[in-house]
Amino acid sequence: MYSQGLIGADSSTTESEEFLAAFQSRIDREEKIEPNDPMPEGYRRTLVRQIGQHAHSEIVGMLPEGNWIARAPTLRRKMALLAKVQDEGGHGLYLYSAAETLGVSREQMTEELLAGKAKYSSIFNYPTLTWADIGAIGWLVDGAAIMNQIPLCRCSFGPYARAMIRVCKEESFHQRQGYEIMMELAKGSEEQKEMAQDALNRWWWPSLMMFGPHDSDSQHGDQSMAWKIKRFSNDQLREKFINATVPQAKFIGLSVPDPDLQWNAEKQGYDHGEIDWSEFKAVVSGEGQMNRDRIRDRNKAHDDGAWVREAALAHAQKRANKQHIPQEAAE
Amino acid sequence: MTDTTGKTEAMTPLWEVFIRPRNGLHHRHVGSLHAADSDMALQAARDVYTRRGEGNSIWVVRSSEIAASDPSFAEPMFEPADDKIYRHPTFYDIPDEVGHM
Ligand SMILES: [Fe+2]
Ligand SMILES: [Fe+2]
Repeated sequence: MYSQGLIGADSSTTESEEFLAAFQSRIDREEKIEPNDPMPEGYRRTLVRQIGQHAHSEIVGMLPEGNWIARAPTLRRKMALLAKVQDEGGHGLYLYSAAETLGVSREQMTEELLAGKAKYSSIFNYPTLTWADIGAIGWLVDGAAIMNQIPLCRCSFGPYARAMIRVCKEESFHQRQGYEIMMELAKGSEEQKEMAQDALNRWWWPSLMMFGPHDSDSQHGDQSMAWKIKRFSNDQLREKFINATVPQAKFIGLSVPDPDLQWNAEKQGYDHGEIDWSEFKAVVSGEGQMNRDRIRDRNKAHDDGAWVREAALAHAQKRANKQHIPQEAAE
Repeated sequence: MTDTTGKTEAMTPLWEVFIRPRNGLHHRHVGSLHAADSDMALQAARDVYTRRGEGNSIWVVRSSEIAASDPSFAEPMFEPADDKIYRHPTFYDIPDEVGHM
């Protein structure tokens, strides 16, 4: 997801022109860069930052949906939501692993998140008020994530690209289960339909913000594009998302909450209204409705699990002392 | 190994995970994870990497136990193979009349 609107990465770098040119020509030849390969410091720093934010987003992203697992309306919905949230935990793990290949430890990244120093996608600082929000998240938030993650499968950094291929395979059921929830509600009672529309109203704009600032205001887009970390600009992906999603809303009889939304035959895409960037900036800087709750909940989960980690390590130590011989792998 | 605040500070070891999709194929590297010991690593690998029928056998190896070739010596390491074209069947001229060989 969630990494498209990369927040505050410093891609400045100090290597010689020659080194940078040689690196760039590897990138231009579409060679993948692997962890131990020589790379500019700015490339490494940008990736650590981006993959870290992406991983944190997967982890924090479990919280708004976790809020509804125990209250899912049917067993079928509960199983699907549980499986989806479990997938998101897995996505976090793949991504932390990819970042670790660049020399940062998971403990370090976790610490930054828990201390409130790390950024994650602003979308998860909105509350999930009704069951329809679970539909809207799957449909819109995972939908936006897919738009962003598909090009990341071709990212120049090997471990990130490989993690994204796994993630993308799992992601499509997330969007489909969300859309199915919305579809059911939209053809239900008046009240259910209203609930679905209300969820769309609240999640539409924050979903568009997930793609990050307009290209004209984005400071690190160009270098990331040149290094082929990113393949499309924020605005390109946002438009793709809008063009794909508006007909889906129409199909289930919901209306997108943008009076300025209009089909533009010339560009074969939609024109949309102004995004409220002051809201985006406020949420990113910690003033969203749920910022404090999310970090508090992550800290609680981490602290509550401390004894498990300690016990597991103590047990492993004890076993190692007994010279336990594990079963040998045999070809 | 706890610090003064009582929080877990010890690093949980890193493991590399290999999965065999089905009998008859090699185990293939699929990723890594953290776990205290091999039992927990296997359990976590099952939960994380085989949620959709990805395999029927898992190996886990401590990442620190893997020796890797140095990418900055990739050329001297692998280039000698490039000019030994006589290792390939197409190097040898056999008349068509002989048939498939
Ligand atoms: Fe995800
Ligand atoms: Fe997802």
